[in-house]
Amino acid sequence: MSLETPGVQTFRPQAFHRQAHDALGNPQIRANFRGAMDGLMGKRREAFADWELERLRELGASVRLRALAQLPTLLERLEANCQANGIRVHWAEDGEAACRLIRELCEARGAKAVIKGKSMVTEEMHLNAHLEAAGIEALESDLGEYLVQLNDQTPSHIIMPAIHLNTDEIADVMHDKTGIPRTRDVDAMTAAARAQLRERFMAADVGITGVNFAVAETGTLCLVENEGNGRMTTTVPPVHIAVTGIEKVVEQLRDVAPLYALLTRSATGQHATTYLNMISGPRKSDEQDGPEEVHLVLVDNGRSAIYQDDELLDTLRCIRCGACMNHCPVYTRVGGHSYGTTYPGPIGSILMPHLMGLEATKDLPTASSLCGACGEVCPVKIPIPDLLTRLRREAVGEGRGNVPGAGSKRTRTEAAAWKAWQWLATHPAAWRGAAGVAGRLGSLTPSRLGPWSDHRVAPKPARHSLHALIKRHRSTTDEEGQS
Amino acid sequence: MTPIKCYPPKPPRVYLFGTCLVDLFFPEAGLDAVRLLEREGIAVDFPEDQTCCGQPAYTSGYQDEARAVAAAQLDLFPEPWPIVVPSGSCGGMLRHHYPKLFAGTPLEAKANELAGRVFELTEFLVHVCHLELEDRGAPETVAMHTSCSARREMGLAETGPALLARLGRVTLVEQERAAECCGFGGTFAVRHPEVSAAMVEDKSRAIEAAGAERFVTSDCGCLMNIAGRLAHRDSSVEGEHIASYLWRRVGK
Repeated sequence: MSLETPGVQTFRPQAFHRQAHDALGNPQIRANFRGAMDGLMGKRREAFADWELERLRELGASVRLRALAQLPTLLERLEANCQANGIRVHWAEDGEAACRLIRELCEARGAKAVIKGKSMVTEEMHLNAHLEAAGIEALESDLGEYLVQLNDQTPSHIIMPAIHLNTDEIADVMHDKTGIPRTRDVDAMTAAARAQLRERFMAADVGITGVNFAVAETGTLCLVENEGNGRMTTTVPPVHIAVTGIEKVVEQLRDVAPLYALLTRSATGQHATTYLNMISGPRKSDEQDGPEEVHLVLVDNGRSAIYQDDELLDTLRCIRCGACMNHCPVYTRVGGHSYGTTYPGPIGSILMPHLMGLEATKDLPTASSLCGACGEVCPVKIPIPDLLTRLRREAVGEGRGNVPGAGSKRTRTEAAAWKAWQWLATHPAAWRGAAGVAGRLGSLTPSRLGPWSDHRVAPKPARHSLHALIKRHRSTTDEEGQS
Repeated sequence: MTPIKCYPPKPPRVYLFGTCLVDLFFPEAGLDAVRLLEREGIAVDFPEDQTCCGQPAYTSGYQDEARAVAAAQLDLFPEPWPIVVPSGSCGGMLRHHYPKLFAGTPLEAKANELAGRVFELTEFLVHVCHLELEDRGAPETVAMHTSCSARREMGLAETGPALLARLGRVTLVEQERAAECCGFGGTFAVRHPEVSAAMVEDKSRAIEAAGAERFVTSDCGCLMNIAGRLAHRDSSVEGEHIASYLWRRVGK
């Protein structure tokens, strides 16, 4: 990535194995994630207990599919209706263009201080680093994001950015970085952060947030949040800049209801969040508060390339609830930072290869046992395991070749091994012969089998294969039949 | 939504697709599956030329190689008999991934037809055979590990435990996080050995903590993984394929 803030702890997808190794060996990280994910899974289960979940997921999926099916038209309608509401709409082809655009909007207002609501798309484009390089301070106001920023880290979860920290670690951050007396009292720390942030809201020149749903029909920007920081960010500073990936558009206002019901329950197990902001324009002449200017920045950053492929476009259904990572046995054990990408976990493993290329992210699509837990809980029914498999094909050059870095994981050795396997498995006599040889060598086969046997006893080929056993079984049952 | 599957009446004859792991490492489980089916008066045809369903290459991204191997299997089941598979993973490959693998090829119709008559063993024993079991084994506390493919891809979370529940002297216990993956995942265990090891450690500990003297599974990948882990640290808990376990307790 071109821009990284100096001092910020960096993780890279190329180093997945090492980062995962470190996380697996860190009892604190293991305990923090296991505990948090168990809690989130339990809350989600309870939240959906009284619902016909399958029908709701079907509805959610169909809303998203309907929006994606007419994406270009809906984006134009969104632009027109936002403009009619007084929201200025900007288009950015990639993250760099979006950063430049946002910086220029800030500079036009002479802004020095920006307050931010939670936005993963701005993490994706490293907006904070970009603004800071231009002398504009960008402060995160979501409590988790605030902690992560204070701690010179990046989010480890898309909904709960500081989930990798426990209370003691947060107490350290709050004490060391903000100077409050050291306390483990969560309410006291929250109150301190609230007071600290309150001043910054008042002093901010610009508020920047993400968008959960952008409604084409009405030109409405929906922002789902719990802490009120989203409401503050979008109402206190004189300028509000909303930033979103182009896929977040929905057709109609009524589409928001099922998606919102699915989002909050899937993410945190809440029936509703504390705040659901529906922003439909700047302050009107007869209104007391609200920003003078509202901007919407629509960011492509690789999404229209994903959209070109009728299978991969399912990736764009995502409503960023994080349920896939909460339920992922791999994410639960290695944590979010191991992935080294903005979006970790299953959704990251199907999205990031498009944004960063398969060469850099080649270990992510394989970092799944294809257990299907992600696909099972996805509120919009993204077939995540199928997409992981598809990206594995692309990585070894047996897909459609339309993902950046396609084929970069193919090695001559592995390809040859699979060809040899193919030959054996399509020559039954040779297969049976090989099984027979393996069986006879059973006791001679190595008891060490690479990393497998570091933790498990190596399996021994059976002395007689099933082919052989059934043959023998047939001859005995035939004899019985004859006698 | 998983479509409701209509099960046929008990047929006079079925095919067995034994799977490569059973063939090479757990052949007794395959033979015990045959014995259980024969006990129900069903003749079992085991096409000798079967090798592997192709899944290892398929999930590794080597689709062309997987398709070639899968195509060789398609020819082996010409009669319209059910195909019983003692594995949710290989069963899922045949039932759900063959149609995708052959979509748009001349073998599409054949793959779809075959997929429609694939049954996982415990599914077949419960829903088609309506198996009745008279338990002759000693009292034992057992945990069931249902593979992720059986549970999620095939929608068969209930059939394994349902069979065990029919064994009068078996106390079935459920381990914590029973639905969580054991960490096998085919080539996942090879490509990400440390993550896989962390998963199987948790799974094996959960089975022990549930008080099980034994765990039973219908997938040999999970069996190899979990039993391998338990044996590695000299646990007294052993694993067994459900076909062998059932046959051992009710067989002649």
